[in-house]
Amino acid sequence: MGIYLPIAEISVNIFVLLAMGAAVGFLSGMFGVGGGFLITPLLIFYNIPPAIAVATGANQVIASSFSGALSHVKRGTLDFKLGGVLLAGGIVGSTGGIFVFGFLRRLGQLDLFISLLYVVLLGTVGGLMLVESVNALRATRSGAAPVLKKSGQHNWIHRLPLKMRFRASKLFVSVIPVLGLGAGIGFLSSIMGVGGGFIMVPALIYLLKVPTNVVIGTSLFQIIFTSAYTTLVHATTNQTVDVMLAFLLMAGGVAGAQYGAKAGQRLRGEQLRALLALLVLAVAFRLAIDLFVTPPSLYSLSGVDPT
Amino acid sequence: MARFEPFLAAALLSLFAASSPARAQTPATENIQIGLSTDYVSITAGFSGADLTIFGSLENADPRVARQGRYDIVVVLEGPARKVVVRRKDRVVGIWINLESETFKNVPVSYSVATTRPLQDVTDPNSYKQLSLGAANIYMQPADDDDSPATIQEFTAALRERKTATGLYSVNVGGVQFLSQNLFRATVRLAPNVPVGTHKARAFLFKSGLFIKESSAQLEIRKSGFEQSIFRVAHDYSFLYGVFAVSLAMLTGWLGRLVFRKD
Repeated sequence: MGIYLPIAEISVNIFVLLAMGAAVGFLSGMFGVGGGFLITPLLIFYNIPPAIAVATGANQVIASSFSGALSHVKRGTLDFKLGGVLLAGGIVGSTGGIFVFGFLRRLGQLDLFISLLYVVLLGTVGGLMLVESVNALRATRSGAAPVLKKSGQHNWIHRLPLKMRFRASKLFVSVIPVLGLGAGIGFLSSIMGVGGGFIMVPALIYLLKVPTNVVIGTSLFQIIFTSAYTTLVHATTNQTVDVMLAFLLMAGGVAGAQYGAKAGQRLRGEQLRALLALLVLAVAFRLAIDLFVTPPSLYSLSGVDPT
Repeated sequence: MARFEPFLAAALLSLFAASSPARAQTPATENIQIGLSTDYVSITAGFSGADLTIFGSLENADPRVARQGRYDIVVVLEGPARKVVVRRKDRVVGIWINLESETFKNVPVSYSVATTRPLQDVTDPNSYKQLSLGAANIYMQPADDDDSPATIQEFTAALRERKTATGLYSVNVGGVQFLSQNLFRATVRLAPNVPVGTHKARAFLFKSGLFIKESSAQLEIRKSGFEQSIFRVAHDYSFLYGVFAVSLAMLTGWLGRLVFRKD
């Protein structure tokens, strides 16, 4: 069944979109990630213009992170103060990202930049995760006890000034890296249409040493507001948010997420991470191919705003 | 493929006036008329391209010429003109990157042609050029005249090629048919991504390869329905639209949790 997307201005198959949302929702439920980093490339592969795929991806991320954050509020595993500081940085980063987005679009380099960012980030994160999870798998197979991280260990980040206390996270740390991390994620959110959980979660754990139990809830909290802000600004400045497209993806997504969460409980952590790493690498590889393969037509047309 | 025939039924103008008793001795010059019964066409959601039928009449036709099939008609539906940037990708360290670009002013977004016979059989290239008729003869004005003619030529050709490849520029040979000696029907193709706005329909009459007359009419293509309302709101009230998009996402997330709650 075809449906016309009002903003993307193309006809697409409604079931393909629902299935896409469900598949990504399933994976995001299984791995506990927002899924924005899968939705945006999939939409691009499905011929949705990258600018619209990014803005709509940000919109879709709100739904899954809102749903996830609610559970964490209930369980009390959300550090509002830490989330708030991350968010303050996020707003600044996102504003900068929107500006760069519009600039690259006028220059005709937006599609390239989005693909490059995806390839580099997904390639790096996927590669690191794969190495880490394969090592963990080997270690458990050989029967060695997993090395526990020493929580008291300090790194250069803990020597920065402007310290602030985050009670829920049992953390006393400088606000500079927190703001910086928030800003970085906000920037990526507006340019790539991702929530940024796949970077935020490891960064909070390894760089800021936030206890694992509050990491996901706090990251989701920050993502809701950063993507909401990103969606709002994309809608006002670029008019690239397609609600129809976003809604179909969300509808499939929330359903798929529940089954994914169930399936995820049956797999072990390292196995899950290895699978996710392979998936991330596959998406990066697919995007990289498009950068190198000779396009069917070297020429492309784009309209210019009448202004 | 939808057909818009019912919307565009012929407005047959003075078809029978030609056979009035006071017929002049000297053969009157032929005249061509096209009429649209409606001045707008609405495309709705799920629009996947269509054929648009335009009726027209040929007045004072010489029956002998008509019998020999020496009357030819070319009908053009030209979309609104816009500014277009053509970009060329080049390889930089293995990666394809948009490098060169050329901006053109006033390029018709769409250009659909219907003809009685292949274009080259109707008249000679020079006449087409004089009439700026046919996608190959529309003048594409570069925004920057200082660029080298070779570059401009290359990008103009690329622009036409891309427009043809996406179906926005099309030629329907045999799309104009005579229903009777005086009445004809032209079928032009509307691409799925046909632009909204004022389109100009023009009909050119040729007799034995010579241009005789031209007639034109305007047609507005609009989007209608729910999708168009969304589009308009997204552009006119973009902030509220953004708020709506965010609220919808939150509501969906909340409902999703309610429906599938596990904890």
